[in-house]
Amino acid sequence: MTVETPSDPRVETLDRVVIRFAGDSGDGMQLVGDRFTELSAAFGNDLATLPNYPAEIRAPAGTIAGVSSFQVHISDHDIVTPGDGPNVLIAMNPAALQANLSDLAPGSTLIVNGDSFAQRDLDKAGLTQNPLEDHSLDAYNLYVVPMTSITVEATKDLGVRPRDAERSKNFFALGLLCWMYTRPVAPLIEWIESRFKDKEQVLAANLAAFKAGRNFGETAELFDHPYEVRPATLRPGNYRNIIGNLATAYGLIAASQKANLPLVYASYPITPASDILHELSKHKNFGVKTLQAEDEIAAAAMAIGASFTGALGITGTSGPGVDLKSEAMGLAVSLELPLVLVDVQRGGPSTGLPTKTEQADLMLAMYGRHGECPLPIVAAKTPSHCFDAAFEACRLAIKYRTPVMLLTDGYLANGAEPWLLPDLDALPDISVAFATEPNAGTEFLPYLRDPETLARPWAIPGTAGLQHRIGGIEKEGIGLDGEGGSGNISYSPENHDRMVRLRAEKVARIAHDIPGVEVDHEDGAQVLVLGWGSTWGSIQAGVRRIRARGLPVASAHLVHLNPFPADLGDVLRRYPKVLVPEMNLGQLSRLVRAEYLVDAVSFTKVQGVPFRAAEMEAKILEMMA
Amino acid sequence: MTTEPIALTRKDFESDQEVRWCPGCGDYGILAAIQFVLPELAVKPEEMVFVSGIGCAARLPYYMNTYGVHSIHGRAPALATGVAMTRPDLHVWVIGGDGDMLSIGGDHLSHALRRNVNLKIVMLNNQIYGLTKGQYSPTSEVGKVTKSTPFGSVDFPFNPLSVALGAEASFVARTHDMDRKHMMETFRRMHAHRGAAFVEIFQNCNVFNDGAFGGLLKKDVRADMLIELRHGERIRFGTDGQLGVAVNEFGEPHVVAVADVGDEGLLVHDERRADPTLAFALSRLSTGPHMPTPIGVFRDVDRPVYDAEVQRQLVAASERSGPGDLAKILASGPTWSVD
Ligand code: SF4
Repeated sequence: MTVETPSDPRVETLDRVVIRFAGDSGDGMQLVGDRFTELSAAFGNDLATLPNYPAEIRAPAGTIAGVSSFQVHISDHDIVTPGDGPNVLIAMNPAALQANLSDLAPGSTLIVNGDSFAQRDLDKAGLTQNPLEDHSLDAYNLYVVPMTSITVEATKDLGVRPRDAERSKNFFALGLLCWMYTRPVAPLIEWIESRFKDKEQVLAANLAAFKAGRNFGETAELFDHPYEVRPATLRPGNYRNIIGNLATAYGLIAASQKANLPLVYASYPITPASDILHELSKHKNFGVKTLQAEDEIAAAAMAIGASFTGALGITGTSGPGVDLKSEAMGLAVSLELPLVLVDVQRGGPSTGLPTKTEQADLMLAMYGRHGECPLPIVAAKTPSHCFDAAFEACRLAIKYRTPVMLLTDGYLANGAEPWLLPDLDALPDISVAFATEPNAGTEFLPYLRDPETLARPWAIPGTAGLQHRIGGIEKEGIGLDGEGGSGNISYSPENHDRMVRLRAEKVARIAHDIPGVEVDHEDGAQVLVLGWGSTWGSIQAGVRRIRARGLPVASAHLVHLNPFPADLGDVLRRYPKVLVPEMNLGQLSRLVRAEYLVDAVSFTKVQGVPFRAAEMEAKILEMMA
Repeated sequence: MTTEPIALTRKDFESDQEVRWCPGCGDYGILAAIQFVLPELAVKPEEMVFVSGIGCAARLPYYMNTYGVHSIHGRAPALATGVAMTRPDLHVWVIGGDGDMLSIGGDHLSHALRRNVNLKIVMLNNQIYGLTKGQYSPTSEVGKVTKSTPFGSVDFPFNPLSVALGAEASFVARTHDMDRKHMMETFRRMHAHRGAAFVEIFQNCNVFNDGAFGGLLKKDVRADMLIELRHGERIRFGTDGQLGVAVNEFGEPHVVAVADVGDEGLLVHDERRADPTLAFALSRLSTGPHMPTPIGVFRDVDRPVYDAEVQRQLVAASERSGPGDLAKILASGPTWSVD
């Protein structure tokens, strides 16, 4: 069966639109949001998404706590954020309406499922009056659509029980939105057919509901006309839609291939990092070994064991897991073995907000271990950039024989955007040679360093004559003067002092192996907006708004947080004012103030959602005043 | 790996490091037994990895001329799991004490055993914390007076073999530091086992818990206090072989006089029983060094080995889908091109 895209002459063209699907967490809002996103991606729009769901597996149905939403921003031009607030809100029940209405500007479109506003639905949402009747929604273009009953009606001849039929109402909503925004529907129908091919009735019901939604839009005369958002003119090339966790997984695989090292990923289930484990577990034909450990500590230890034996050992988690792995990270610093720890940051402290985003683990990455325990830090800035950041983290870990922290976050992990597929052949070779020969006469000294990178030799078990023992106790290491290097236990005060400085120097030297700060400068700019991680999109959006006002402003974004690019101090001192927006209480701003003695101004938000473009614009304007 | 015969000696397994346990410590004898037995096992030093946590026993890898990692307190079985799963060709031994493996690392020990990772786990049990200078351990008896329990410990101890058997260990044995021959034989058996092997060694800490096992191991009492388990043989012990182990009507083993039940009334030890119940019961025959205590191999059964299974899935995936092609994966699902 096919459903043709209507060629309606009344179609109105928009340059962009922000749509938010909101309902109960059992209503399948993430599913239809994802589908709308995939359709729009394949259609060629630029896009950004913001999924938002409760931490509870199943909060009481119909309550505010159980509301799940998915926001997608589609456009015909390059965009950088999922949008401040929606232009269109689909609310499947009163709780979803109540939880999301404050983000909807007056004059925006509001589509509600009229069948779910009975007294008990209102009670569950804690409403005393029916908002559909009390004129409280008069400021919006309100459409009340009996989604449940039309869905039940549309599926009744399929032999589906009404209770089951109701569950297809999300596809009705999707169908309606697909009509409203003239999405090509063939790929969606194919998707439904393959996804539910083993559940004949569900397949039939979802398809019927989807078509009913489209037909409703077309025939109900409720909506005046459909809209379209044309494909965006992006850089030429092949694109796909990608979420951050997937990009991270692919980046790790790419690194393993370009390093010619088997990938061993040990992890413990944790939101929002588990999808990296899920994805890597699928790719065993790449030689990828995954291990679901008994706990976070074990996962880190297993990855270290893998690296010791000549693999690329990786462990991934979120903040609470990083806390637990800190002892193992210290061991890896002492052993000087490659290791990447992926921290998909979420709201803290403690369990905090498991499903919400935050970037408050920077100080943890920087200093969260006992002793002087430095390690490089790389942070991803967009969902697709997780691929590059993961690759870079592996490159540094392998080359410098050091643990590296890769920071992503909940927003990047689950957020989607179109991705210009990388040319894998163009990725650099990041392989290193294992030690095969004694390096000091007939002896092998495991802590004799490469004079340039300060990396120690990587001799893997199985190599005859290079047997050695390493451990967490301070070892006799070679100094910059060329003394020592045996790796034997040493409690000598001078040796310890030397080793502490050497480990710091090894990380510091990476500054010469990374690109300088890329400044997006404009003549006359007095303010530099400095960011890191997922605030990239919000900062870009804010900066664009300032420039649209004809005002000059500069921006720069850090991918390497330790060490900083070698020229960062010079860049910062070039601007009278530096603004550092972060989803924490000012961690990067403190680091740059301490490092460069610049009066960086911190701008913070810790609400579990990214900054809005408008907030960013207002703050930059305030700085310029 | 090559198969040509290798004539190695004890020296080939000794590192150049000065051994630094307290004089008289039981660890010396254990290290010697390991270094004596390895040349027999036709294993090259470079194919061996010794992994340890923290504690007196955990220093052992430094004295071996093999690959070694002296890691973090308790985490050795986990780190070693990473070694073994990456490189099934290696021989991985894990060395630790009772605090390391049963207190801070109890979690990792039990999961390594459950998974049946190909690890040879040797736990030196001295029933005390030595390195931190004398606190009671998870195997110390109730009432133990130590620096941290001046009025006696009120903690009930673990029975290490019961823990291992409860964690589904496929090989479980016990030996002691006073009998090099028995240790070497136990290590031979441990080495021959594919999968996770757990060996408890009664080890004397002559500084903080001297003579903890004296009730079993003093030369004059051994014959009557140690019950040597031998596969397929009736369990019989005592100076004149006058004692044995029989099973009562509840299936519980207990010590009997052979005169009372006759030779045919004794339990025949079967380390290959699939069901661990009897091995578990034997591990609990004695509640301390004041009672006759079994040593030897309690259990030795075959179970799928973790690292081999991981490898098998990898091979199967490659046969099914060919070698991985990342470009193909990236382009799977909907893609579009912009000109
Ligand atoms: S403290 Fe005890 S166990 Fe440790 S080395 Fe000394 S005697 Fe041996």
